[in-house]
Amino acid sequence: MKYLKFLIIGIIFGIVMFKSEAASWFRIYEMFQFQSFHMYGIMGSALTLGVLGTWLIKKYRLKSIDGEPIKFTLKNKSFSRYMYGGILFGLGWALAGSCPGPIYTLIGAGYVSILVVLLGALLGTFLYGLLRDKLPH
Amino acid sequence: MEWIFEPWPWYVAGPLIAGIMFSLLFGGKTFGMSSNLRTMCTIGGAGKKADFFNFDWKSQRWNLTVVAGAIIGGFIAANFLSYDTAVHINPDTVETLENFGFASAGGAYLPNELFATDALTDPKSLIILLIGGLLIGFGARYAGGCTSGHAISGLSNLQLPSLIAVIGFFIGGLVMVHLLFPLIF
Repeated sequence: MKYLKFLIIGIIFGIVMFKSEAASWFRIYEMFQFQSFHMYGIMGSALTLGVLGTWLIKKYRLKSIDGEPIKFTLKNKSFSRYMYGGILFGLGWALAGSCPGPIYTLIGAGYVSILVVLLGALLGTFLYGLLRDKLPH
Repeated sequence: MEWIFEPWPWYVAGPLIAGIMFSLLFGGKTFGMSSNLRTMCTIGGAGKKADFFNFDWKSQRWNLTVVAGAIIGGFIAANFLSYDTAVHINPDTVETLENFGFASAGGAYLPNELFATDALTDPKSLIILLIGGLLIGFGARYAGGCTSGHAISGLSNLQLPSLIAVIGFFIGGLVMVHLLFPLIF
């Protein structure tokens, strides 16, 4: 039953992605047209609370439910991989109108064609694995 | 309770997303959805072709469980928590999209022109969805994370690499929408 909590978190995540319309291609397009505050409001408010909470966790050295110290994964220092990878991701995000989380939400919502996007994303991940040593990181 | 069936405003969704990130942190994990794509490649046997996929995928079972939940959540939201799933975007955006040939703008959740099941017989839509997915998968792994890993988890921890990645996300998105869309659609 140790996975039950992750299932529940995932269900809430899926509902939030769908109901907030963050999983809608149209909302992503509108965001990149700067014609609505909606997506910026979602990310901005999540981030404001995220920064505050992360700071509190560190300040009070809060522990997880298993009693372990909460660890934050530090990203390796680099510029090229984040910029180049980021730009490629952004191109796909705007074209398919979906990022990796909402892909699953849309499968559940019954959009069969999103499976093509998932297939593409798996191929893209595989391609990265093949080319990784040849790319600037 | 009527509001549940309406689209949820940003000030409800944003704090809930922060809550999801903190729930995972207190569960001893981190919020990042794109790493599941690597796990699925590993399960599919990609380790035989590239060393990048040789890792203990079972350590990621918790995250695959989150994926299963996200699918169930999408099903519940679309079938039991919505009267009408049309996304009411800005009328100016609707007009721009109509000029690109998206007649479903303002009247659907996803554009029928790309995502309706019969659009799958159209090679152009199929290629757009496939290339879009390819860029998402390749870019997310190259950048070491996606919207959840960088824009939410990484920026919350004030990580400079995540800021660079998010700037990259927006450069890519803006180039696609403003420069490439007029060529594609």
